[in-house]
Amino acid sequence: MEFSFTAEQEELRKTVRRFLDNESTEQTVRKLMETPSGYDPRVWQRMASELSLVGLAIPEQYGGAGLSAVETGLAMEEMGRALFCGPYLSTAVLASGALLRCASEAAKKRFLPEIASGKTIATLAVAEQPGHLDIAALKTSAKRDGSSYKIDGIKNFVLDGASAGVIFVAAREGGALSLFACDANASGLGREPLPTLDLTRKLGRISFSGASAEKISSADISAPLADTIALATAILAAEQAGGAARCLDMATEYAKTRLQFGRAIGSFQAIKHKCADMLVEVEFARSAAYNAAFAAADSSRDDLAAAADIAKSYCSEAFFHCAAENIQIHGGMGFTWEHPAHLYFKRARASSVIFGDPIEHRDKLAASLGI
Amino acid sequence: MPEHQITEEEVRERVRALLKEAHPDKTDQFTFRGKQFDHGLAWVHFPKGYGGLGISPGMQTIVADELHRNAKTTYDDMAINPIGIGMGAPTVLTHGTEWMKTNLLRRIFTGEDIWCQLFSEPGAGSDVAGLATRAVREGDYWKVNGQKVWTTLAHVSRWGMLLARTNPDAPKHSGMSYFLLDMKSPGVDVRPLYQITGEAEFNEIFLTDVQVPADRIMGKEGEGWKVAITTLMNERTAIGGATARRGGGAIGVLVDLWKSRAPAMYSAAHETVMRDRITRLYIESELLRMTNLRARAARKAGNPGPEGSVAKLAQAELNKRIWECAMDVIGGESLVYEPGFARRRPAANDHPSRLLQAKYQFLRSRANSIEGGTSEVMRNILGERVLGLPGEPRGDKDIPWKNIPRSA
Repeated sequence: MEFSFTAEQEELRKTVRRFLDNESTEQTVRKLMETPSGYDPRVWQRMASELSLVGLAIPEQYGGAGLSAVETGLAMEEMGRALFCGPYLSTAVLASGALLRCASEAAKKRFLPEIASGKTIATLAVAEQPGHLDIAALKTSAKRDGSSYKIDGIKNFVLDGASAGVIFVAAREGGALSLFACDANASGLGREPLPTLDLTRKLGRISFSGASAEKISSADISAPLADTIALATAILAAEQAGGAARCLDMATEYAKTRLQFGRAIGSFQAIKHKCADMLVEVEFARSAAYNAAFAAADSSRDDLAAAADIAKSYCSEAFFHCAAENIQIHGGMGFTWEHPAHLYFKRARASSVIFGDPIEHRDKLAASLGI
Repeated sequence: MPEHQITEEEVRERVRALLKEAHPDKTDQFTFRGKQFDHGLAWVHFPKGYGGLGISPGMQTIVADELHRNAKTTYDDMAINPIGIGMGAPTVLTHGTEWMKTNLLRRIFTGEDIWCQLFSEPGAGSDVAGLATRAVREGDYWKVNGQKVWTTLAHVSRWGMLLARTNPDAPKHSGMSYFLLDMKSPGVDVRPLYQITGEAEFNEIFLTDVQVPADRIMGKEGEGWKVAITTLMNERTAIGGATARRGGGAIGVLVDLWKSRAPAMYSAAHETVMRDRITRLYIESELLRMTNLRARAARKAGNPGPEGSVAKLAQAELNKRIWECAMDVIGGESLVYEPGFARRRPAANDHPSRLLQAKYQFLRSRANSIEGGTSEVMRNILGERVLGLPGEPRGDKDIPWKNIPRSA
């Protein structure tokens, strides 16, 4: 297995970093996190049309760039560094991933070009309860109603659930799990934005009370849905790796310039060794995230689920630890609202739970390894 | 320099040509490896005539692969002559005299001459540049007196890489010189050093009025530290850089021990805790392996840099935790330490059972975070060289070595 990126991939990373340096400054992040939708439509449109970032992994036949999870992961790593506020994980990763894996050809043709062009913000609604995600235990139900369906149930912690224009929802029709498309304005759909710990990523609670929806899958989607979530887990791990790296940069920069007892605090081993341990974690997190993205992109590999478990378990803890140490190294300054350290700390905490916490991923990995 | 870029296929052809001339299944180690050296396939990135072809070090994996495909007998550099091949050869190539390059490199590679490294002293561990072994010039010789310690393979070595103080009035880093020591010289006394496992893997060396010819110096007089850095950088790569297969190495043994535990050996709650702990160690082992692969890919063109230090630190700390966990897995069995370790020289692979391996490695792995740079020193290196943090204020800079306070 090779762990290297092509020149084009490195160029993409640079392009995304440059773009986010301008469009996702701390000031912008702070402004957007106070808004209900949490993103800037103008920036989103530029990301879609100028940089082709939204449709990065969508095949060209559906209006995307036809690249892979490797590129998506690189872009997300940069977004994680910049604490980018926008519906990338929901729209570009989860919703388009679910369409590609679960939906009919007609649905792909209809929704994917709209997503890639930046016109549609979409999300995927799966989880219903806090606690580990058990696809087999999903209760949300669908009943045929003429040519469409009525959905009943509650979906919780839906990424951008209150702002997405279309919600793809996993619901059970009898025993089989299917994918449905539900317009945000459908009757019977209640959307409640959740007040989030991490202000930079919006979540919603969606109640379906006979909400009108269209069925867009044919066979049972349990397996491709699990695969979609594994993909999103891998990509989220890349965002975490980027966040961890940024925390290390902030901590190191501060340790070089903050003087106490007549010396830079980074000259004290107590601080220096924290930074060194963070460096090891950042490098391991990158290895984990790259491996998971390569596993998702390479159809000859069958270890995406395990690679995503490894990545999410490790990157969650690495990001949290780096974010926490960043606060500690910044001292009193790190505890203030004005300093961005808390934004990363909260992002780290929240992202460690999304798609399952580290213990859950280790539990799944252990089962697959027979440990 | 090569006249043109040698392709992978051309390297394979050269290996096949070597095999026609000498085949490892049909001849002995010294003969075969001598021919491998002559064909430039010992270290392909070394210059022609010195065991290489002057091409990218990444091509060495092609040589190994082609040999592996065509021969049953394969040789492990690290088993044949770990210090000589891992550290001696790059040091000789970079700093050695023409005589040394011509006469020593081939015999290092074949394993005819085993090498050892004489840096550490009882009073100079992490601060190896504070060492006190003295070399005094007397005519055509240097007369050496002092004590070295933790010397792997000294009891079978032909040559030692000796770092000694030649000018005690100079600041410590500029008062050392690097010598090639003939281990058979009169006054070289090698004694086994018994360690925590009961074995003597290492030695201590007493040097009493040992005469070293003046032309056995590597680099210039007073510039021994620069030469030592070459040796040490290669040491860190050699220790941290190994890449096992997925789930192999120490973690493989731990997982096997866990899977083969007796039924109902532990309560359900106990098992749940252990399972998470083992899985965590599995994940970190995988990530160490992958990080090594990344570092190798990044290094393909050049020399090992500080990125090898990430692996060294991580490997040392992880390995200790794996074997601590293994002792927890075997439970009461860990109370029993089979006889056989005490007061002897260990041979390679002589802990055949996994149970025995766990008990032995539990003890042996304590050295992982001490040997080749303590974890504390590695964190300083990462902090200062990689992250660019400032150094500690020091009590030994720019003053004559003889005035620096030292432990008795």
